[in-house]
Amino acid sequence: MQGTQFQQYHGKVASKRATSEPTWVRWGLIGITVAFLGLFLLVPLAAVFTEALRKGWSVYLAAITEADALSAMKLTLIASLVAVPLNLVFGVAAAWAITKFEFRGKNFLITLIDLPFAVSPVIAGLIFVLIFGLQGWFGEWLIDHDLKVVFAVPGIVLATIFVTFPFVARELIPLMQAQGKEEEEAALVLGASGWKMLWHVTLPNVKWGLIYGVILTNARAMGEFGAVSVVSGHIRGLTNTMPLHVEILYNEYNYAAAFAVASLLTLLALVTLVLKTYVEWQASRDAASIEKEVTA
Amino acid sequence: MAYKPKKPLLPGFGLSLGYTLVYLCLIVLIPLAAVFLRTMELDWQTFWHVVTTPRVVATYKLTFGASLIAALINMVFGLLTAWVLVRYPFPGKKILDALVDLPFALPTAVAGISLTAIYAPNGWIGHWLEPHGIKVAFTPLGVVVALTFIGLPFVVRTVQPVLEDFSAEAEEAAASLGANRWQTFYKIILPAIWPALLTGFSLAFARAVGEYGSVIFIAGNMPMISEITPLMIITKLEQYDYAGATAIAVVMLVISFLLLLLINFLQWWSSHRHGGQR
Repeated sequence: MQGTQFQQYHGKVASKRATSEPTWVRWGLIGITVAFLGLFLLVPLAAVFTEALRKGWSVYLAAITEADALSAMKLTLIASLVAVPLNLVFGVAAAWAITKFEFRGKNFLITLIDLPFAVSPVIAGLIFVLIFGLQGWFGEWLIDHDLKVVFAVPGIVLATIFVTFPFVARELIPLMQAQGKEEEEAALVLGASGWKMLWHVTLPNVKWGLIYGVILTNARAMGEFGAVSVVSGHIRGLTNTMPLHVEILYNEYNYAAAFAVASLLTLLALVTLVLKTYVEWQASRDAASIEKEVTA
Repeated sequence: MAYKPKKPLLPGFGLSLGYTLVYLCLIVLIPLAAVFLRTMELDWQTFWHVVTTPRVVATYKLTFGASLIAALINMVFGLLTAWVLVRYPFPGKKILDALVDLPFALPTAVAGISLTAIYAPNGWIGHWLEPHGIKVAFTPLGVVVALTFIGLPFVVRTVQPVLEDFSAEAEEAAASLGANRWQTFYKIILPAIWPALLTGFSLAFARAVGEYGSVIFIAGNMPMISEITPLMIITKLEQYDYAGATAIAVVMLVISFLLLLLINFLQWWSSHRHGGQR
């Protein structure tokens, strides 16, 4: 009895030793990783806040409450408030069609949805200049009707929608694929209407994926620089988003103000990471509890 | 009697697919087609002349060279990071794990000015390197640093789940057959994570090629030396040279599409192998 226990114990230790590394290797690898991540992630984070507060709190507060900064914040919010809901609705529709039905060219469609990720942000801005700009397809027509898209708010919103296009769909497709369609079919058999089924069965099931997608879309929408830079025209107080405002201040050698506005965007990024981690944790907890129910 | 209740067909196929296609066309496909159609307005010789001007060729070299180096750095350190995060417990690990996504969440312009401040000759790291004659900010090396930052999460996030799923049995079997740790890693683990590693590498590379915001601050943007291709497009646009900007954009788009195809193939290969092993 004792012998077998000892053998089991001995066997465990031996197998652990054989499938793990010596302590010094382990701590060496941990050390290199922490140094690498520290150098590339923590140092830039710390630098933003240090530079922002270099000239003290009063300069910091003045920089983020100045009129141009406030109007930049407003425009960033507007762009995000339009882009996120539109891409959310699109994401749900695309994921519904792709995961619940069979049709030809499905994989091709998924690739097309991913396209905006493969396109450089600068080109994302350029395409809207080519269409709506002065020399663009609709350029003359827009002038005749006294409408402005490029170098105005609509262009910024369009570019933002383009660069954040795939996020929600991308999160939902694998999730809804894994869930299958039994629950929806059951709801229909029980007499639910299509919209009721969507609202009470499908959306609650993909709740965390949906929130995750929205968080990513919002972070990118508020932080986009390249695409927005091309279509914005950089008119202070009118077509400046927060990232563009940072650039203008920086190019004017007003570093403290540039980093002050940048620190707000950095806080936004940190909040995004916290929310993301929380959502991942909740989703894995839900998945674990479902598994428990199934095995019980 | 042989009546079998048919499963109800889920509703909304026409509506959801129709909406998807219309929205996709309006926001993505038609605008992208505009770039190609506008290039058609150029004749072949002009197009070729624009995209092969020495200054433009120099930007390709820098963009693709720096992206390649950055993606290779990320491949090595991304694998190491994924390995350490999956296998070793250590204090602060959860925070580091969450922070890996920072380059996705942080606006690129913020990353750009922050990295420039650090690596400028009077910056935290720059003033250490300056006496040794190493200049990072305002040189091609700075471009590599910025692109490494931007691509950092890709390899970690593609390799991490594969390592988590990797069964201990294969490693135990290798060990019991007399393989040492290095042999087990090289012959058993590395082949299993190879597709994921390549996928992460190509994602990081593709992202780096198109990157603009984080690079322009640290690069210094000297013609022939530290100009990237996306900046070239902007420069042409600012000179109202729409045709030139469009021509360069087409070259970049074609390369990006090829990369996207490659990534899709790698992901298909990866899931294929992953499925086959089970």
